[in-house]
Amino acid sequence: MIDPRREIINENLKNIKNIIAISSGKGGVGKSVIASTLALLLAKNKKVGLLDLDFTSPSTHVILGVNNVFPEEKNGLIPPKIFNLEYMSIIFYSSNKVSPLRGKEISNALIELLAITKWNTLDLLLIDMPPGISDATLDIMRLVKKIKFIIVTTSSLLSFETVRKLIDLLKSQKMPIIGIIENMKNGKSFIEKRVKEKGISYLGWIPFDPELEKWIGKVEKLLNTSFAKKLGKISEKLI
Amino acid sequence: MHEWALGEAIISTVSKIAKIRKLRKVEKVEIRVGELQQIEMDVFKYAISQLKGKKFEKTKFNIKTVKTKLKCKFCNYEWVFKRGKLKEKESEFIHFIPEIAHSYLKCPKCGSPDFEIVEGRGVWIESIKGKR
Repeated sequence: MIDPRREIINENLKNIKNIIAISSGKGGVGKSVIASTLALLLAKNKKVGLLDLDFTSPSTHVILGVNNVFPEEKNGLIPPKIFNLEYMSIIFYSSNKVSPLRGKEISNALIELLAITKWNTLDLLLIDMPPGISDATLDIMRLVKKIKFIIVTTSSLLSFETVRKLIDLLKSQKMPIIGIIENMKNGKSFIEKRVKEKGISYLGWIPFDPELEKWIGKVEKLLNTSFAKKLGKISEKLI
Repeated sequence: MHEWALGEAIISTVSKIAKIRKLRKVEKVEIRVGELQQIEMDVFKYAISQLKGKKFEKTKFNIKTVKTKLKCKFCNYEWVFKRGKLKEKESEFIHFIPEIAHSYLKCPKCGSPDFEIVEGRGVWIESIKGKR
């Protein structure tokens, strides 16, 4: 039995210059807000796509306030364009209902979505990853040739402990790591030192922004937050 | 016409395997399509006929549908997928991503959404026969 879908994944991605997974060892560190805001910021003068691969707990559609758009079916699925970026999520098909998926099914859904989504020519595709180093991370490493990683951590030891393992996995498999973003920084932190000790680039830090929550789903306001401004500075180093 | 993308996947895979096995001529490709994905057979066949090109002009692409067997992880009940009470939209969504069935189907015995697709998920190649 041969699964034919894997064969066209990289063909579908061939017109995308950079593919970056926004990952972390832990949930709740701000991966989705960073992936969404980064995509919006870079889409101002680049061709950008955003793919939400957190199948069981997708949230980028909430952050972006996605409404009344749907992929077009044309020799595959054409991602709809929102705020100047091409956007794809499982949410279009789950009708916002719960999708309880086990590992094998996450893998299958991920392969299917990558096999049938037809992206345009892009400078950058950002992938919002689920937390941890299970199926989606392993599949992206295995299936997407051009993949690079940005890792998000908070200043917490608990967060960095899981990030350390993710870094070790990626380094052992010779996966390119662009760098680490320290999110929700509050006071002194050991993260920069530890990241540099591991030979990874420290891209910068973002302070905890109490205003951010208010502007979830309101893109214009979101882009005016101190969070977005600080992320904008970090984004200048990326592409 | 997402069948087109699946057709492209079939042709690319056959091409790659023929190269690996050093097949001069591919005579027959057996394709299986699980009922869960509800592939439009005419569209799928048309896509393959348009995509196969000169290289596979004389290759026979046999396509057979396979019933979808589901098994509840909670109570172990096994059943065969039928579109049944699924709404048209739900059915269409499962067509694009079969795993999305977990948002719309439940075990008929215990009501759990935690089931396994044992067989008949999507599209796969059963065998490729040719001559060196």
